[in-house]
Amino acid sequence: MTEFFGVSVQALSGQLMIGAINGAFYAMLSLGLAIIFGLLNIINFAHGAQYMMGAFCAWLLLNFLGMNYWIALVLTPLIVGASGMLIERYLLRHIQQLDHVYGLLLTFGAALLIEGAFRQLFGAAGLPYATPALLQGGHHLGFMYLPTYRAWVFIFSLVVCGATWLMIEKTKLGSYLRAATENPTLVQAFGVRVPRMMMLTYGFGVALAALGGVLAAPIYQVSPMMGTSTIIVVFAVVVIGGMGSIGGAIFSGFALGLAEGLTKVFYPQASSTVIFVIMALVLLVKPAGLFGRTA
Amino acid sequence: MHQTLRQNAQLIIAALMLLIGLAAPFIGLYPIFMMKALCFALLASAFNLLFGYGGLLSFGHASFFGTAAYVTGYTMKYWGISPEIGILLGTLAAAALGVVFGWLSIRRQGIYFAMVTLALAQMLYFFYLQADGFTGGEDGIQAIPRGHLFGLINLDQPLAMYYTVLAICGGGFALIYRVVHSPFGQVLKAIRENEPRAISLGYRVERIKLLVFVLSAALAGLAGATKTLVFQLATLNDVNWSVSGDVILMTLVGGVGTLFGPIVGAFVLVIITTYLAGFGSWVTMIEGTIFIICVMSFRRGLCGWLADRFQTASPVLSESEPLVATDAAKAGFRRTLSTPSIPLKDASLHE
Repeated sequence: MTEFFGVSVQALSGQLMIGAINGAFYAMLSLGLAIIFGLLNIINFAHGAQYMMGAFCAWLLLNFLGMNYWIALVLTPLIVGASGMLIERYLLRHIQQLDHVYGLLLTFGAALLIEGAFRQLFGAAGLPYATPALLQGGHHLGFMYLPTYRAWVFIFSLVVCGATWLMIEKTKLGSYLRAATENPTLVQAFGVRVPRMMMLTYGFGVALAALGGVLAAPIYQVSPMMGTSTIIVVFAVVVIGGMGSIGGAIFSGFALGLAEGLTKVFYPQASSTVIFVIMALVLLVKPAGLFGRTA
Repeated sequence: MHQTLRQNAQLIIAALMLLIGLAAPFIGLYPIFMMKALCFALLASAFNLLFGYGGLLSFGHASFFGTAAYVTGYTMKYWGISPEIGILLGTLAAAALGVVFGWLSIRRQGIYFAMVTLALAQMLYFFYLQADGFTGGEDGIQAIPRGHLFGLINLDQPLAMYYTVLAICGGGFALIYRVVHSPFGQVLKAIRENEPRAISLGYRVERIKLLVFVLSAALAGLAGATKTLVFQLATLNDVNWSVSGDVILMTLVGGVGTLFGPIVGAFVLVIITTYLAGFGSWVTMIEGTIFIICVMSFRRGLCGWLADRFQTASPVLSESEPLVATDAAKAGFRRTLSTPSIPLKDASLHE
């Protein structure tokens, strides 16, 4: 058995794999937050609740309508994204002109409401969601065992993050989006319907969170509390990456997942706090975050 | 002239509140309920000092509340020290933590500040979860003796305990009143309204923000230490982020940036959670709904709303600075990232 700093390669690579999977979720969630923040200037506190809604939506589709994982993967982001658009249209839009903290507080209230409702309906215990048949099993890579589903989650989220990045940086739609982030009044004057774009953007960010939820359902148990614990870590990730950049959100998401995995190998006690410690260190050196523009 | 009249009105209300507080055990108000509400009122007032007057939305006040609760509980139970020293130690610990957290978090502004405080508080939560030699882990510190205040007054007597809590919280409120009405309080409001201008006027904004952060942390700690004495219990619930959320809700319901708002809001919320406790998750849903209603259409809270009512009768009685934009501003286009396209009258919390 090969060893690496006194830790077996098997244990190390296993934790790194878990870290990469967690990082994939952090990246998708912080990407959604970054997109919403870019155009709406709102820190979407309900993001964790919407991630949880994604997992539950997949579970409900399977158990009540018999729709399998693959259908859920397409339908869930649409359904939860649409619910997000309703929140934007009927709540967030009316407080746009106020200070940003009110957006944070409103979405915090929405998160409490959503999580309370799901806890009331489904109880606090986790519900199992079976791994889809096509992705069951795994491969022996010689130094570690890689479950197929986890590999799929990692690659799929990389593709989603990459596609989102390309869409925002390289397409016409993305350039409208970036322009509206800089100066909505001017973009509106050119005939772009900025309020509608804001609604769609919020919906898209929420859909990303819901997609993360569907991906997470077979790995973690589907539970009303799954969003709360994740979102606070994602906030720390966002602070580390810096809100200004889409790339920063993706990079820091994956990197911090890996950092968390590594900590689990070398100093397990600190694994739940390591991201917050890194956040404190980054704040000391670069208050705007690693990729952030100074406000 | 305005200033004095308003201060007089505030003093009259404060005196009335104090009278109710003093008479509470004799007019049938349940002492434990009153003490719980008083502790949360002090916590909410401490939070409001930071958010309402300083414009800094802290999502991490549970960490100061909980830290003081643990320190007071631990020292009183295992070192056997008297309650006044225990409370002092708890408050000092919260203040020391406030120095560290404040120093880190005031590097970012606005919503970033909120996220940083939340993340730091969560870090501390995980730390306390594992440091079970000190915190008792999932069990917490239980059966903390109340002891004798100054070695004389037996706090196991309900009346003595109640009046001690009333005195501590009353002292806390008085201090907040003094701070808000001091030159320091005026500078604080100036920073909230327009930070760049305050900097250009020569104020050392960073230092002032840190000072108010530490002050708020210490007062939150005082509330936590007192709570430990009342319930003889310090648990992970005290450091959980849901406490921070409750405190924000109390302040919103009562009125952000009003002197009595957090006190009123704390009583309202403690009534809700005490009497609806049997409904389980419905309480969370109700809280969420109240949050949304307050942010959407009731931003001045109960006290702000009352002040507005009074204002129509006699204009001098109102709190002068609302934290929200006016209707005229609402009619305009949404605020952009860098520049407000329309002049917002007291547009609040500028970054």
